[in-house]
Amino acid sequence: MKRFVQLVLATTLLAGIPVVAQFSVPEIPFDSALDPLKFPDNVSLGEAAGVATNSKGDVFVYTRTGHPTISLGGARAFAHGGSRLFQFDRTGKFVREIGQGLYGFLFAQQVRVDPQDNVWVVDQMSNMVMKFDSNGGVALLLGRKAEAENVPARGAAPAPAAAAPAAEGRGAAAAPAGGRGAAPAAAGGRGAGAGPAAEAGEGGGGRAAGPAGSGGQQDVFNRPSDVAWDAAGNIYVADGMGNNTRVAKFDKNGKFVRSWGFRGVAPGQFREVHGIVIDAQGMVYVADAGNRRIQVFDGDGNFKTMFLNVGTPAAMCLTPGPRQFLYVSNSNPPNDIDTDGEIYKLDLNGKLVGRFGRAGKMMKEFGTANGIDCRSENELYVAEIGNWRVQKLTLHPK
Amino acid sequence: MKRCLTSCFVLLVSVMCAGPVFAQAKAKAQNVPEIPYESVPNFLKLPPGLYLGEAIGVASNSKGHVFVYTRSANTRLFEFDQNGTYVREIGDGNYGFEFAHAVRVDPEDNIWVVDEGTNMVIKFNPAGRVVMVLGRRPEAVAGAVASAAGPAPPAEKYLFGRPTDVAWDPQGNIFVSDGYVNHRVVKYDKNGRFIRQVGSERAGSEPSQFSTPHGIAVDAQGNVYVADRANNRMQVLDNNLVLRAIYDNIGVSWTVCISPGPHQYLFSSNSNPNGNTPGSWDITGEIYKMELDGTIIGKFGHAGKQLGGFQVVHAIDCRNPDQIIVAEIESWRVQKLLLKPLPAKTSAGR
Repeated sequence: MKRFVQLVLATTLLAGIPVVAQFSVPEIPFDSALDPLKFPDNVSLGEAAGVATNSKGDVFVYTRTGHPTISLGGARAFAHGGSRLFQFDRTGKFVREIGQGLYGFLFAQQVRVDPQDNVWVVDQMSNMVMKFDSNGGVALLLGRKAEAENVPARGAAPAPAAAAPAAEGRGAAAAPAGGRGAAPAAAGGRGAGAGPAAEAGEGGGGRAAGPAGSGGQQDVFNRPSDVAWDAAGNIYVADGMGNNTRVAKFDKNGKFVRSWGFRGVAPGQFREVHGIVIDAQGMVYVADAGNRRIQVFDGDGNFKTMFLNVGTPAAMCLTPGPRQFLYVSNSNPPNDIDTDGEIYKLDLNGKLVGRFGRAGKMMKEFGTANGIDCRSENELYVAEIGNWRVQKLTLHPK
Repeated sequence: MKRCLTSCFVLLVSVMCAGPVFAQAKAKAQNVPEIPYESVPNFLKLPPGLYLGEAIGVASNSKGHVFVYTRSANTRLFEFDQNGTYVREIGDGNYGFEFAHAVRVDPEDNIWVVDEGTNMVIKFNPAGRVVMVLGRRPEAVAGAVASAAGPAPPAEKYLFGRPTDVAWDPQGNIFVSDGYVNHRVVKYDKNGRFIRQVGSERAGSEPSQFSTPHGIAVDAQGNVYVADRANNRMQVLDNNLVLRAIYDNIGVSWTVCISPGPHQYLFSSNSNPNGNTPGSWDITGEIYKMELDGTIIGKFGHAGKQLGGFQVVHAIDCRNPDQIIVAEIESWRVQKLLLKPLPAKTSAGR
């Protein structure tokens, strides 16, 4: 910890990095539309993980809904379902579902739309990044879903890690041999320490992920969280919330280019890579949630600067146009609505331009925002895990 | 040998569940008048191909529509009209539906379900859309989560451990009984913000401690009635969750219901235990009708599998205190009971 402080101090002095919130960050007044998305009777959201718009203003929502299912009756247990992708038009009218029954839709994490209006979906549990063309067909796949899930067999001796007391719903999971996850233990959530297992590496996904924190030189992900592209169409995957803690870069054909970062606190290292966006100049902004900072790199992974003034960055987006702004949510943890929750607007130097909202369950409050769309600078969509909804916000900056 | 088998089984169950073993309890109340009643035949008319599983929760709204939350192949929520005709399904494929525990309807006809499989309390508006959720389903990406050995972790403000029931006071504050893992009652404001709790993650039998708080209801003054199931009692709390009274003469309080209107009645079920152990039908299964102060007016019902008998009553609707609707675990059914006036002599026992 002391070392971390020294590091931060040193780098701060060197680079003039924004560290703490400015004394007066203007509150941006805003409204939230009533029922911005209209659902057919048989369609509803569960946890709204990701939201994105295409060039026509169509809205895509990737949500954790339905019944995440494990099939029993064999030595291995197989996972099915649990997430769905919906498309609405710009007026909020339901258009269609994409990817019904898709093999890789297990635990929704993010949806993004690229400049050619392809729809990209990141799934935290299948460890896959899936590209759909504008007709909804699968166009490119990165990663591979684990063949089977690790479910402790009845009568099996409990794994040692199971003894660690854990927060409800984010607990330390037993990880006996075989199946999913080579890590000694899997712990969900935001890095809340639950005994030694959590330090060894959060996240349960991935096969042959290598030693914790190494980040494989390949498209094997461990709870990936986000995807972005540069002007040349290169693909950058935030990987992620599990052991890899890296950014993986692929060319536009999906061929691996490079990977950077591993678990740690120094510049260029990460703890829980929660999001990624790329500006018009090709600079890469990475939400390093576990270290409560945004790190900025060039397209080759060279560290440039970091922003330490945004709390725990979770959902991020960049506005288009000649003068770009970054929106980032200091999302509240899922188990507490009495802390954090606000969304910041920054310029690309990390200066806070404004802030709005807080954690809560009412309109204009946020429950663990996990996705933001800002194709229009003052008309945002926010996807919330805690409130099972997407809010459409209209900002009124002074 | 038989005795050994029994004790071994009990031991095994306690090891496997690592939780309280629910015993049956004969009510201490003596000479309680029997309220005559009849069960309406074929009350709920299910369309062909639709079945109830364990009928875990039942509640009616201001129009008399009946909502049933049931453990079917998937846990499902059905709506019937006042005549028992099927209307619709609500929340098909809902992310929070896994293992039903309770459904209740608030004064604005919003429908609330409590799911002990996902640790969530979900509020639907009368149109059937989700408008608020409390608690959080554990993330599937974490895989199968082992039960913690040793002392339970501290109960959290916004997460539940197998919650059981929900109720509201006249101001709209929300009260959740939580549950099988935690043993507490939590109060939230109408916007879902935590206010306070009583009890904790530990079960206890002292006053203001709970052991599987299994049902909850609030009267017009805002007092909170908690079915403290594994303690064989009901605890009555004021609106700030301070203990006011304990009613321990009504057997195992499985579930509780308070009728609306100027004169409110309190109902509590001494449900027969799951498994129908020998002798249990003789001393359990009845529902008590009481004044709010605990004075017993009468009792009705008995354990049994035929219509009119009860198979582990799990929920009571008492919007009309003379027309009780009960949901049963082991007969997979919902019964509507028409209560008749007591015989002339009405001496209540305590």
